[in-house]
Amino acid sequence: MATFEDVKAVIVEKLGVDADKVTPEARFVEDLGADSLETVELIMGLEDRFGITISDEDAEKIRTVQAAVDYIGSQQ
Amino acid sequence: MTSASGGSPHRRSVGITALGAYAPARVVTNAEFEARLDTSAEWIESRTGIRERRFAEADEYTSDLGVAAVRDLLSRDPEALREVDAVVCATVSPDALMPSTAALIAMQVGLTGAAAFDLSTACSGFVYGLSVAQGLVLAGTARRVLVVGAEALSKIVDQTDRNTAILFGDGAGAAVVGPVPEGYGFQEFVLGADGAGGPSLYLRCAAPRLPGGFEMGETVGMNGREVFKFAVRVLGDSGNEVLAKTGLQSGDVDWVIPHQANIRIIEAANERFGVPMSRTVVNVDRYGNTSSATVPLALREALDDGRIRDGQQLLLVAFGGGLSWAAGTMRWWGGAPSLGARAAAAPAEVSA
Repeated sequence: MATFEDVKAVIVEKLGVDADKVTPEARFVEDLGADSLETVELIMGLEDRFGITISDEDAEKIRTVQAAVDYIGSQQ
Repeated sequence: MTSASGGSPHRRSVGITALGAYAPARVVTNAEFEARLDTSAEWIESRTGIRERRFAEADEYTSDLGVAAVRDLLSRDPEALREVDAVVCATVSPDALMPSTAALIAMQVGLTGAAAFDLSTACSGFVYGLSVAQGLVLAGTARRVLVVGAEALSKIVDQTDRNTAILFGDGAGAAVVGPVPEGYGFQEFVLGADGAGGPSLYLRCAAPRLPGGFEMGETVGMNGREVFKFAVRVLGDSGNEVLAKTGLQSGDVDWVIPHQANIRIIEAANERFGVPMSRTVVNVDRYGNTSSATVPLALREALDDGRIRDGQQLLLVAFGGGLSWAAGTMRWWGGAPSLGARAAAAPAEVSA
């Protein structure tokens, strides 16, 4: 089961943001400053860390930290 | 990953015995795209690392670029083509589907009669070509092989498509592959392809669609997100695989020469095989993605400025349409006239 802390660790590494900014409500692009390639790198980081494949279509819908936690939970 | 690879550890030593490169004179900056497409120079640079690229003249085609790279090679080493009896041209922008661009180049550099064929693995074509050339030499089919990577991508990319137009440039490189002293030259290659990735990067020809039904557009098409993911993973995996096969660690590598598509891909892939950017040859900022020409252009540049020297351990990694990938290890032999720094380092475009 993916925990918030596991997902947060990947986000901090891939987006290079301060851990305290990674709240459940934080949006990757607007709040955490991710550009288009960083969001791809983040998705890849989540795929690698949790052993899942995230389709393009699903990736488009994952816009917040909580959405990532929920999505990964639903895939495991 | 299932991939083809090189031969036994007891084979004869074969490697690069001459190298030349050419980039057309016309520089196209990001500002030019900003002026005519819905994009910005800053956006292009931050997403790709590209600041400018070269475009061929209106009447300058891939065979012309390839010939210019061979002439650059000859200007450095006039005897370099002796014993060459095969020519391989890696390109996705051939002058024509037939005759082959390899035959057109051979005809213009005094190699009429040599075996000549084009190789179609897109951006991984030059590294694929080196491996094919090694095979031809080791099998005794050829004494030496001229491997050319040449592209006039500006002719085949839709210059009104902001997703692809900004990425590609024109250029060429040429290498002679032949016997080198023992302990030098090519060590191992890892080659592979996955046709299921066709829809991610394509250029149509006789068929309107790919097996499975994917309809191709009229010009070069690319799914940037898919290519990015594929590239980062396959560069990392094939780089690690070829190092393991050679019995090397990432710390043994003096220089990585990666296919130059996007600085962000190079950075993410390097992280995966553990070689720092300080030991990676990068020129994507000045040439963009020249497909099969990126590796020889980067190699030529790092020889000219003295970074790559005799005896150093090199790692070549490339990926491209196919989807395809190719990685190779080699111990650089600097014993021939064109394989080191040129005293008055002339820019590649000032070739004869």
